[in-house]
Amino acid sequence: MAPLTLFEKIWKKHVVHEEDGKPSLLYIDLHLVHEVTSPQAFEGLRQAGRKVRRKDKTFATMDHNVPTVDRYNIKDPISLQQIETLSSNCKEFDIELFDLNSPYQGIVHVIGPEQGLTRPGQTIVCGDSHTSTHGAFGALAFGIGTSEVEHVLSTQCLWQNKPKTFEVRVDGKRQNGVTAKDIILSIIGEIGTAGATGYVIEYTGQAISSLSMEQRMTICNMSIEGGARAGMISPDQTTINYLKERPRIKNLENLELLIDEWKNLASDKGSEFDKKIILNADDMAPQVSWGTSPGMVSGIDSKVPNPKDIEDSVKRKSTEDALNYMGLKPNTNIEDIKIDTVFIGSCTNGRLEDLIAASKVIQGNKVPSNINAIVVPGSQIVKIKAEKLGLDKIFKDAGFDWRESGCSMCLAMNPDKLSPGERCASTSNRNFEGRQGKGGRTHLVSPVMAAAAAINGRFTDIRSLDLDLGEY
Amino acid sequence: MEKFKNVESRPVPLNSAHVDTDQIIPKQFLKRIERTGFGQFLFFDWRFNDDGSPNEKFILNDVRFKDSEILLAQENFGCGSSREHAPWALRDYGFKVIISSSFADILYNNCFKNCILPIILNEKDLEYLFESTSNFNDYKLNVDLKKNLLADNKGFEIFFNIDPFRKKCLLEGLDDIALTLEHSEKIDNYEKAL
Repeated sequence: MAPLTLFEKIWKKHVVHEEDGKPSLLYIDLHLVHEVTSPQAFEGLRQAGRKVRRKDKTFATMDHNVPTVDRYNIKDPISLQQIETLSSNCKEFDIELFDLNSPYQGIVHVIGPEQGLTRPGQTIVCGDSHTSTHGAFGALAFGIGTSEVEHVLSTQCLWQNKPKTFEVRVDGKRQNGVTAKDIILSIIGEIGTAGATGYVIEYTGQAISSLSMEQRMTICNMSIEGGARAGMISPDQTTINYLKERPRIKNLENLELLIDEWKNLASDKGSEFDKKIILNADDMAPQVSWGTSPGMVSGIDSKVPNPKDIEDSVKRKSTEDALNYMGLKPNTNIEDIKIDTVFIGSCTNGRLEDLIAASKVIQGNKVPSNINAIVVPGSQIVKIKAEKLGLDKIFKDAGFDWRESGCSMCLAMNPDKLSPGERCASTSNRNFEGRQGKGGRTHLVSPVMAAAAAINGRFTDIRSLDLDLGEY
Repeated sequence: MEKFKNVESRPVPLNSAHVDTDQIIPKQFLKRIERTGFGQFLFFDWRFNDDGSPNEKFILNDVRFKDSEILLAQENFGCGSSREHAPWALRDYGFKVIISSSFADILYNNCFKNCILPIILNEKDLEYLFESTSNFNDYKLNVDLKKNLLADNKGFEIFFNIDPFRKKCLLEGLDDIALTLEHSEKIDNYEKAL
């Protein structure tokens, strides 16, 4: 048999029906649902008199609209209606819901892995583009639209054209302070925001396999920011060690069998990718985005680009528009950019290791009084674990707000948002215009870079602080 | 779903690349639980000033392109969030065809679920359309999906590529779920083997 890539193996195993000239009908193993992209799908089911085919493979949570202060008191009536609609839909269709009263509530892409719903070899979908996060476990996981949510609810399948494959290999060893976030921002800076459109990425190489599961999730999470349908990493001992402790996995009777299966799930030797790039982590610097698209990034030790140096007219105009929106002058040193706000959280960087690492930077320091800094844990479990470690105290003593879990200022659907012109060092995934609030200016960074910016009021090379961040 | 019919219109030249779905429909409008009524919010932050008046500099507010049913955009249109509210807003506003040199995957898929035809052209042809619609007040572009043909009233003609299955679904207004249910037995068998 011809050697296959990890993606091709998972794809092949999930094809329910295929014929020439048509997309394939793929079986979906896990469907995650949240309040924003599901109401119209449930309404569609009701109108057609259809049921949810596999409620045992469907799980819901509320995360996008949830306030992070006084979470039971949702003041926006439309947000409240959306939250209540999810509750009533889950009740009507008998779907397990991690609601605001659940100790397991959190951002959908944080709780899936945390609970052990996410597993290697699965096909996973959710009405959310950051579903790519789950690919860190060697799953084929991708975001879908609401019509497709309805389709999966009703049939547990999805029509898909087969994407192409793209190997992104990252060799070498990261410097202390250079994190998974910096690797993925560097990759997007290299390939561009449409560089992987039509492809599923498999991340390989020493700089990837040496990452913890939480850091791998950060990498796969932002695959969509490079345009990829999905991103994935082959499961290994690190994956197994993480999974066997998960609440929904640890007591499975056939766990040993599953582990054997997961261990053997990898791209075959000699399998071919449609596209390939190789990067090296040795000389990567901590990254800071300066524009309005995640590909617009520079190392902390460099400058904001000058549009005049760009030959391509479309790219030049994009850069000019971005600098204009961001209120930045060409050739400004990144380290000279002052910030107003710091947001640590999101499905990209709201996990326990992210908070531990940021707390090491914060510990014993104070955030200047003119800077508004918040920490939003990715889930209630992350929050409780962090509190057990005393992280909440470290953050609060430094002047951070310590919040309840949710998507929060990553997309600002809840009350956490930037004002026009407000400049934010954010550990989230998108720096689009208005993403964190109309007129708000987002700079994407890692949690340790966000923490350093919080203390110094401007972007600072984390490497210069000479902190031991361990494996982070 | 409604059936896709031929479209003839003067295209709106939205001269921006990497237009993300946060721009197409900002997050404050994602809280509604209906599929309808999103057109009024399309490109909201670009289309309206802070006081709610139309932003005259934004191309959709240019009277020359009023009632247009075809949107031109630069590369990587619709990147970012998977929100189907984006095609709901585009369609509700009146767009039936979007032409670009490339689209983001999720938005591209979502268009077909909402009777919008996304057409990919090479940069040179796209540039020609941008220039023509900007320069000629009588400019009209005709989109004939049955023939895969784009033709303007200046003698330009080009055949575009489209997946034949998706073309059929658009032309016949086929319901995806109904199509899938024809394969129910195969899904049952797949599940039995799990």
